[in-house]
Amino acid sequence: MSATAESFQPKRRPVKASLGRDDFVMRGFMVVIALYLLIALALPLYAMLSKSFSTYSFDLEAYEFQVSDEAGRFDTPPVSAASLNETLQAVPPEALATSGDGRLPATSFFPDFSFRSPVLYRIRGSDADAVFLIGSERFTGTQWQEVDSNTFRRVMLRPSRAQGLQNYVTYFSTPSLFQSIENSLFIAALSTVITVSLAFGFAYALSRSCMRFKGFFRLIALAPILVPSLLPGIALVYLFGNQGMIKGLLLGESIYGPIGIVIGSVFFTFPHAMLIITTALAISDARLYEAAESLKASRWKIFWTVTLPGARYGLISAAFVVFNLVITDFGLPKVIGGQYNMLAVDIYKQVIGQQNFEMGAVVSVVLLIPALVAFAVDRQVQKKQVALLSARSVPYQPRPNPRNDWLAFGYCGLVAVFIIGLLAVCQFAALIKFWPYDLSLSLNNYAFDLMDGGGWASYYNSIEMALLTALIGTLVVFTGGYMVEKTKGFNSGRGLFQLLAMLPMAIPGMVLGLAYIFFFNNPQNPLNFFYGTMAILVICTVTHFYTVSHLTAVTALKQMDREFESVAASLKQPFTRLFRVVTVPVCLPTILDISIYLFVNAMTTVSAVVFLYSPTTTLASVAVLNMDDAGDIAPAAAMGMMIFYTNAGARILHLVISKGVLKRTQAWRFR
Amino acid sequence: MAFRRTCLTAVAASLLIATTAAAQTKLTVYTAVEAEDLKRYAETFNQDHPDIEINWVRDSTGIITAKLLAEKNNPQADVVWGLAATSLLLLKTEGMLEAYAPKGVEKLDPKFVDKSDPPAWVGMDAWVASVCYNTVEAAKLGLTPPKTWKDLTKPEYAGHVIMPNPNSSGTGFLDVSSWLQIFGEDGGWDYMDKLHGNIARYTHSGSKPCKLAAAGEIPIGVSFAFRGAKSKAAGAPLEIIVPEEGVGWDMEATAIVAGTGNLEAAKTLVDWSITRKANEMYNSGYAVVAMPGVAKPVEHFPPSLVDKMIDNDFEFAANNRKAILEEWQKRYDSKSEPKS
Repeated sequence: MSATAESFQPKRRPVKASLGRDDFVMRGFMVVIALYLLIALALPLYAMLSKSFSTYSFDLEAYEFQVSDEAGRFDTPPVSAASLNETLQAVPPEALATSGDGRLPATSFFPDFSFRSPVLYRIRGSDADAVFLIGSERFTGTQWQEVDSNTFRRVMLRPSRAQGLQNYVTYFSTPSLFQSIENSLFIAALSTVITVSLAFGFAYALSRSCMRFKGFFRLIALAPILVPSLLPGIALVYLFGNQGMIKGLLLGESIYGPIGIVIGSVFFTFPHAMLIITTALAISDARLYEAAESLKASRWKIFWTVTLPGARYGLISAAFVVFNLVITDFGLPKVIGGQYNMLAVDIYKQVIGQQNFEMGAVVSVVLLIPALVAFAVDRQVQKKQVALLSARSVPYQPRPNPRNDWLAFGYCGLVAVFIIGLLAVCQFAALIKFWPYDLSLSLNNYAFDLMDGGGWASYYNSIEMALLTALIGTLVVFTGGYMVEKTKGFNSGRGLFQLLAMLPMAIPGMVLGLAYIFFFNNPQNPLNFFYGTMAILVICTVTHFYTVSHLTAVTALKQMDREFESVAASLKQPFTRLFRVVTVPVCLPTILDISIYLFVNAMTTVSAVVFLYSPTTTLASVAVLNMDDAGDIAPAAAMGMMIFYTNAGARILHLVISKGVLKRTQAWRFR
Repeated sequence: MAFRRTCLTAVAASLLIATTAAAQTKLTVYTAVEAEDLKRYAETFNQDHPDIEINWVRDSTGIITAKLLAEKNNPQADVVWGLAATSLLLLKTEGMLEAYAPKGVEKLDPKFVDKSDPPAWVGMDAWVASVCYNTVEAAKLGLTPPKTWKDLTKPEYAGHVIMPNPNSSGTGFLDVSSWLQIFGEDGGWDYMDKLHGNIARYTHSGSKPCKLAAAGEIPIGVSFAFRGAKSKAAGAPLEIIVPEEGVGWDMEATAIVAGTGNLEAAKTLVDWSITRKANEMYNSGYAVVAMPGVAKPVEHFPPSLVDKMIDNDFEFAANNRKAILEEWQKRYDSKSEPKS
């Protein structure tokens, strides 16, 4: 708020405080962290964007042919492929555009070609860069290569690199590719409607009823945050697959496809929606209800005229968060999507399956658009929500109402059964020897070293990565948040920093990961040595989850008066001391929250790191994906549950430490 | 982790001092060999060459190929040991392989050696397409075992067949390119049009169809023999069917990556990779290996497999790869409607 206060200062005679050493140090810190965001976010995205414009096409000017007569004498002058094509129109212009793997048979330009003819052929490049193949042998340059006609049919021209929009044209003229846009939008919209409705009911029960076990239900509802998004997919296979335990419930529909993706999406986005809506409901004003009741409004009417409008920003915000999560998620549709193509999976297929990096970049750009729109709208809504918060209100206290409380209890019970059920199915499947033929219990599925995905090492790598992410991420984020919040003046720089810090929220993990390949795997890049290391995984994960951590830090720091800095300055104390002795201890609960948030997400993230892990840095979450991909579904479930237990353990540890910290450092909060 | 690595290095170092004074060379080897075999391969190699340490980089065929291509201008690998020949052909046409004729290459079946002189790559073993057929589930559904590829298009199998997507799986591409070779271009697409009607869905990986068949999820999985034999050994009620028209195959092969800083050690490894000992090592999982007369029958492998291997034209496969995949995608991938 103080930032706005400052901007209202009279403009004509600005009071310029002289900058002390501290100010320069703080600005220095801010610049360093902004530079980090620039390198870890903006530059890779730029590299990806330019990659999407990098095209391949056959440059017919670059090749020359010479054909002999039947006796093998070369009497006719050489002709270029371009002039041959001009007379023959053998290869239409649109067929000249191709991908990096494109090949054009030289015989295309010789309609009367026969491999039995005694005619000899010569081919050369008219510049040094022209590439062609004879069989699988690669030739470049202007040296004539002479081949007989049987070999000539094995001559292939290779494309050269150029810049242009061709990749986008190809994308939008390939139905199987742009169909995914519609699919992704449909799935995301449907999942959003279902999740937000369900979560609203749940949040309503938590905040507006007097049912029992609220704490327990809240805990259960948060459990999906602790597992990778593809784990519900695996559970659904065991429940509704062709050998599923209760597949009859689907009435013959297949779980592989939209149904599976939507159910799984509801599972993994539920906690996010629930948290946002609970917050929105919690800020409702009790005075409005009193007023409504004294006006004799029915409960139904109160719900529509007071409750819903009060929570509308929360609902909109939740809807956009869920929409974004679903449309950018890659693990779930990969596991259970069947033939239903979605954008995020297309990126994976283009890059991993076809090694078509350019098309992968194009799909990434397409995927960025809905994510950016959702992000922009959400930011607008968030701003309004803040304004609403500033009103003075009396917190609403629910009154016991046995019938409604039991209804709420039953509803929350059902949701809890859904969540616990999916997790329990995974754990059960992990312990079964060979579903469905040998139902005896065994630990065989935990022999990860015999499967794809990196074995137990990937589990330890994940923990190492998550710890490093939590440690380094918290340090960077909190320092960045402090500098941007407490630096005096320098508004343009701070604005830019805020923008950079908000951006990661809008970048799908898949896109970020792919952008990192283009940026860091470029041999000309001096930062190339990061590629394939643990460091790049940590950098990518910190960047991917930067925004929420940053917002958490800034919110806590805003609560601390700027007077602290002024007092410290007048006592001639450097800000570093203030930071160490006052700011950090006061904000310790927030710092712990940020680190657990980073830890849990680092354990479960798949999309951001799936392109970046190396053989020595395989990760547990990616191992779940790869084991499922190879058909080792039970071990994949086993690894997924290992992630769950680890995260649950970390959460409990966080709770215990927070309690201790609260006691030691936060005593001033309770008088 | 760092601590563990230090420990390992220390142990390795002390062992070295005890056995040989030779300096340890580290080779970065990219591979798509099944994870469970890697340790054995390295150990067997180190029996003869303790001075070369193998640092494995393993992933599925598609990912390793993508990785190698991505690193084209900045290669990280010294050797590729155990990657599909089709992929190596791709790398060869990019000029990424160091041609080298390993000692004793003349003893190999010429089918398993790159045609260039010196060859850019040498084969190890063949990796043959097959159909995994779950007898228990098929009996429940009243299916009769298919004998040929054509049989799979019969209406009785509708929704009961699963195969890998050639756009993401090397095995899937091998199937498609073999059908185009067996039935001819038009016949091949015509065949796939009919087969498409019976396919429950296309998987991303090549081993998944067989594992799904083993688990009874889908009774018939188009996959490869090696995977089927493994699942059968693990107790799955599988029959491995070799369709009568012949089956596509690819080989696992070895090559030196151009620009390696350890050329001598890389040559030593490639020399060793075609020895009789190495071929016997491959034989424990693969029924067909590069050196004639070495292979002993592998448990659960259908005996007719070798005779049914088609005369695969790898150059055709590599040069038409892009066109085939595009056509396939146009025909079968644009349908978003899930079946089964």
